[in-house]
Amino acid sequence: MVRKEMKMEFTSQSENEGFARVAVGAFIAGLNPTVDELADVKTAVSEAVTNAIIHGYDQKEGKIFITCQVAENQVEICVIDTGCGIADIEKAKEPLYTTRPELERSGMGFTFMEAFMDEVWVASRVGEGTRVTMRKRIGKA
Amino acid sequence: MEHRFEQATGQLIVRMPREVDHHSSGQLKQETEALMGRYPVRGLVFDFRDTVFMDSSGIGVILGRCRNLRFAGGRTRAIHLNRQIQKIFQISGLHKVIDVEL
Repeated sequence: MVRKEMKMEFTSQSENEGFARVAVGAFIAGLNPTVDELADVKTAVSEAVTNAIIHGYDQKEGKIFITCQVAENQVEICVIDTGCGIADIEKAKEPLYTTRPELERSGMGFTFMEAFMDEVWVASRVGEGTRVTMRKRIGKA
Repeated sequence: MEHRFEQATGQLIVRMPREVDHHSSGQLKQETEALMGRYPVRGLVFDFRDTVFMDSSGIGVILGRCRNLRFAGGRTRAIHLNRQIQKIFQISGLHKVIDVEL
């Protein structure tokens, strides 16, 4: 089984949201994802990175790390920040829940990650940071 | 992006950016609000013909504007959605809140 891996690190500016999802998309291209599968992965990455920027770092500068592994027909992506962490992960995952209603966001970030990927885990410690791990099988059909 | 207001119908057509994410949604929101303040908008149309990507950031922008317009009795529509954006609408339930034309 051939296992490919990549790691990237970038600053938490919103301009980098597009860069992050495109980079992950390019990396998994070797799995021959369908257009829909590629869109699903990009959306999930965009949600995780946006959460890190808005919530993890409260829009201040920090570093975001992404690791991505592909093996056989599965992709595993970790999006990591060393920001404020999440006090109540279950609450954060509830659809429409947001800690920042004034930003007029939808509160659908985790819902989308869970809808577009097969598995999503969140590990977080207040004051230390958050790691979102997402897995998806490519070419299920 | 070229938004336009149709005097005859009172429709404001918002041309959505190529990628609707947290990065682009701030400007999109400002532009739309400014136009809604300037014109007597009775209907709002989000035109996705140029859009290849949207994440949940777009939902906040659309819902917020939709609510503001609803207070004034106006309707909101979304047109020219690609498959990825249709999926976003379905998962978020946005397709139940505003009219969608493909």
